[in-house]
Amino acid sequence: MAEASYPQDLLYHPEHDWVRIDGDVATFGITWHAQDALGEVVFFEPPAVGAQLTQHEPYSEVESVKAVSDVIAPLSGEVIEVNDALAEQPESINEDPYGAGWIVKVRLADPSQTAALLDRDAYLALLA
Amino acid sequence: MSRYTAVTDADRQAMLEVIGVASVEELFGEIPAAVRMARALDLPAGLGEAEVYAHLRSLAARNACAEDELCFLGAGMYDHYVPALIDMLLGRSEFLTPYTPYQPEISQGGLQVMFEYQTAICELTAMDVSNASVYEGPSALAAAGYLAKLTNGRPRFVVSRAVHPHARETLVTLSAGYGTTVEEVALSGGVTDAAAWARAIDDDVAAVFVAQPNFLGAVEDLAPLIAAARAHGALVVVSADPLSLGILEPPGALGVDVCVGEGQTLGNRLDFGGPSFGFFATRDEHVRRMPGRIAGETRDVDGRRGFVLTLQTREQHIRREKATSNICTAQALNALAGVVYLSWLGRRGLVELAELLVRRSAFAREALVAIDGVSALHEQPVVREFAVSLGLPDLASVRRVIARCAAERVTPGYALGRDYPEYADGLLVAITEQRSREDIDRLVEVLGRALAAERAAAATGGAPA
Amino acid sequence: MSVTPETAMQRERAVTIFEKGQAGRRAYQPPPLDVPERPLDELIPARLRRSEPARLPEISEPELVRHYVRLSRRNFDLDSGFYPLGSCTMKHNPRLHERVAALPGHARLHPLTEPARAQGALALMWGLERALSEIAGLPHVSLQPSAGSHGELAGVLLTRAYHADRGEQRHKVLTPDTAHGTNPATVTMAGYEVVKVGTDAQGGVDIDDLRAKADGDVACLMLTNPNTLGLFDTNIEEIARIVHGVGGIVYYDGANLNAVMGISRPGDMGFDIVHFNLHKSFTQPHGGGGPGSGPIAVSAELEPYLPRPVIVRRGGAQGNGSTVEFDLDHDRPRSIGRLRGFQGNYGCFVRAYAYICSLGAAGLRDVSETAVLNANYLLARLRALGVCELLPPAYDRLCMHEFVLSGAPMKRELGIRTLDLAKRLLDYGYHPPTVYFPLLVEEALLVEPTETETKQTLDEFAAAVAEILREAREDPELVRNAPYSTPVRRLDEAGAAKHPLLRQPL
Repeated sequence: MAEASYPQDLLYHPEHDWVRIDGDVATFGITWHAQDALGEVVFFEPPAVGAQLTQHEPYSEVESVKAVSDVIAPLSGEVIEVNDALAEQPESINEDPYGAGWIVKVRLADPSQTAALLDRDAYLALLA
Repeated sequence: MSRYTAVTDADRQAMLEVIGVASVEELFGEIPAAVRMARALDLPAGLGEAEVYAHLRSLAARNACAEDELCFLGAGMYDHYVPALIDMLLGRSEFLTPYTPYQPEISQGGLQVMFEYQTAICELTAMDVSNASVYEGPSALAAAGYLAKLTNGRPRFVVSRAVHPHARETLVTLSAGYGTTVEEVALSGGVTDAAAWARAIDDDVAAVFVAQPNFLGAVEDLAPLIAAARAHGALVVVSADPLSLGILEPPGALGVDVCVGEGQTLGNRLDFGGPSFGFFATRDEHVRRMPGRIAGETRDVDGRRGFVLTLQTREQHIRREKATSNICTAQALNALAGVVYLSWLGRRGLVELAELLVRRSAFAREALVAIDGVSALHEQPVVREFAVSLGLPDLASVRRVIARCAAERVTPGYALGRDYPEYADGLLVAITEQRSREDIDRLVEVLGRALAAERAAAATGGAPA
Repeated sequence: MSVTPETAMQRERAVTIFEKGQAGRRAYQPPPLDVPERPLDELIPARLRRSEPARLPEISEPELVRHYVRLSRRNFDLDSGFYPLGSCTMKHNPRLHERVAALPGHARLHPLTEPARAQGALALMWGLERALSEIAGLPHVSLQPSAGSHGELAGVLLTRAYHADRGEQRHKVLTPDTAHGTNPATVTMAGYEVVKVGTDAQGGVDIDDLRAKADGDVACLMLTNPNTLGLFDTNIEEIARIVHGVGGIVYYDGANLNAVMGISRPGDMGFDIVHFNLHKSFTQPHGGGGPGSGPIAVSAELEPYLPRPVIVRRGGAQGNGSTVEFDLDHDRPRSIGRLRGFQGNYGCFVRAYAYICSLGAAGLRDVSETAVLNANYLLARLRALGVCELLPPAYDRLCMHEFVLSGAPMKRELGIRTLDLAKRLLDYGYHPPTVYFPLLVEEALLVEPTETETKQTLDEFAAAVAEILREAREDPELVRNAPYSTPVRRLDEAGAAKHPLLRQPL
């Protein structure tokens, strides 16, 4: 994705991860800023279904040719689905970070944790 | 001006003006006086090239080297013939002087050599993937231990006592850093005791280590040792002599996880122990935890085939504290010698050389055990190295025998008692293609004479000077 | 974008040695069998033997030579051109060193030769140890580690042994955020946790941050001085005091020793352990990625923990008339043990020793003075040509033997990154400086000319950089698509990482 983009309907973690909430299920990914800093993603190993994620803790790593980055859990919960397509096409994280580049779907442990997250404007302010 | 700098007084003046300081001393102005040297380095004055050469020659003359004497020493490093074309290639500026290939466009020579070397090692070991070299044999074994630790995090290593003593000790030194214990399994009949091995292995073993052939030159029966480890999910690491893999079943065919070894025997000089190279090869599933540089094939923007360092995110310069190792410099020049040597031997040449060594070693072992008082330390099949017992009471007597042989300019082998108290009178004898039938006959003659003299001296009740 | 015709070397496609030759060809001829031709089955059971030979090439010697000589020409090298790779000290490799290292007394010496019959080798190693000790200002040396990062590991393991001997359990090692990647990697391998210390506005260690983080759980501080920004940390004594004050060890990464030989010694700065890179300041050729050698020098307190064996000087004649002056001492109960086989990379010791013999005290000091002079001059030339308006130095101070520029303004104003500048330098016949290190500086370009380059070379290089910036203003695409004249052009590194092809299929 060539142009910076930060959808309005998402919440953001200061370590450059995004969240889409759907009831008590949330989808996680990394933001445009994160994929731009990394460069073309070449490898990604997802956590297992059933893994317990803790807010603010790394749950995976994303690799480009020249860098490795921790992927931080914006909220706590149990992994219920993993984006298997990323194994073959990790570059989806660059091309469509908020769509096809989604990383995991999680059943939230504590939806009130969203209080620690930023809305779009606050995240943009952080980037500035 | 030293010999290799070229700043004249005129240059210096001009340069200082451009910089905007009055003297070179000013450039060091920020260094606190308390840490400035108040005197010159206490080193001799510099010498001209001819004088340095003369001095290094005089030092060389005080070493008993294989050029002047008959050498049957082995134990991981062997006196093979290195073909002249390797000296020529390693002396070329384009191979000798560049840095690690971080700019691949101007490093295709070195990168393609790495790719070819990796291919050669995979072929030799029958493993899926190899890196572009590590420092040498013993540290390669220790690096395999670190890979196992990163893979399964279990707290124990189990290692055969017949793994090279330096490799065992290096493994202990390094694993002390990250807290994995190392336990040794004893030998029986010159090879790893399979029953003791199986008893030692449990579900808390991260990796097991065995050598092929082992330090005593014996060919191990690896299959039961591997099975015992697999049954408990431990990784299997085999340290192999690359030349012996010309004739022995390669570890990859037996399904081991990591195959490492000392590469000096492939086209590298003895150099009193280094530099040489270690090889490190694994199964595909471990590639992202493999240490060291790896060269991979790719295309350029115009579609040309080319090579780059790849999977660099394993390495220290990117992954930093999470790296698979801390390796920066490897052994590229020595690995070049290795792949050129293997190509020079060729498909048939490697087999023929190995078969020659097998037959000469068998002959030498028979001839030595025919000496009065000498027996085989073990009866296992051997490839290019074997162990005999000299029938002497202790290590000191073995050393005296070796000294007598040295006076006749023959080094008969390595005194095993230095590392194995249980083999106090053992001698490890190595054969290369440079040790002809005539040389072996001379070894038998000289060693026989030295042993006889030692026994005579012992009989008369005194150790001779 | 201009279209350049393909060069001859570009037209020559990459073909591996495995794709050359032909069945039946050979180079090596074994000697005739001079022992009984016993059947192999009698000597090694068939089930322990290979069923198929390794699929090595079948090639004649002339083909083999041609293949590797042609391959060598696809490399840029230090003998051929300027190589200002920061942090690597690419100085001239004297060929005298190759000649002496090839003397059979050094080259054909087996490592297990009895010490009494390897006195030349042990004397050489002893002499090198004494010289390195004098240069570092620390009394005891081990030549065993195989490379700089191996020496770092030795140093951290020594630190662990030191604290353990005092009954202390410490868990942390401090490293500056400008540290070379080997530092944190080494720390983890040695079982410690990495704690980063910040860098202040002058480019040195942030003293307040250090004071805050230095406590009784810190085993060691690993530092390079001058640091990876090419700057001498003027607070070095205070830094050492702070760490020693909490009982920690101060470790010196000797990668930048080229700036201070004969001028300032790590031991006098307060360091307890130093590692040397013989393939940096001491001219061991880099070999395209090794071999190297990473000896360490330590204080008296750390001496008992040195790797084994240690070279000792017994001195005097023995009763039988022979003089065994030097020996290898394995009886070292508090040693950390071994880091590798045998004694270390002796071939590298021969070269480094010859270098030190050639230069002597005055020559080594001249090396550092000239290295620092050359770096400051090159920086001043780049300033004078206006290059620093787009690539300003990261810190506005005198540098030592290397300096860091930031390509951030160049990226903003011309849309050209440090990487593009580096690739265009290839077309001008230079190896580019180090790019994107240290991590602290955005779009970093780390430049180390070394002392063996002439003023003319530095002038020409500065002019080339200025020319490339002019090109970038007029035609940014030209620079972005460089290089054009190298044997291959920009390579798909992402593809190589995503779909690894790590061997030739057969």
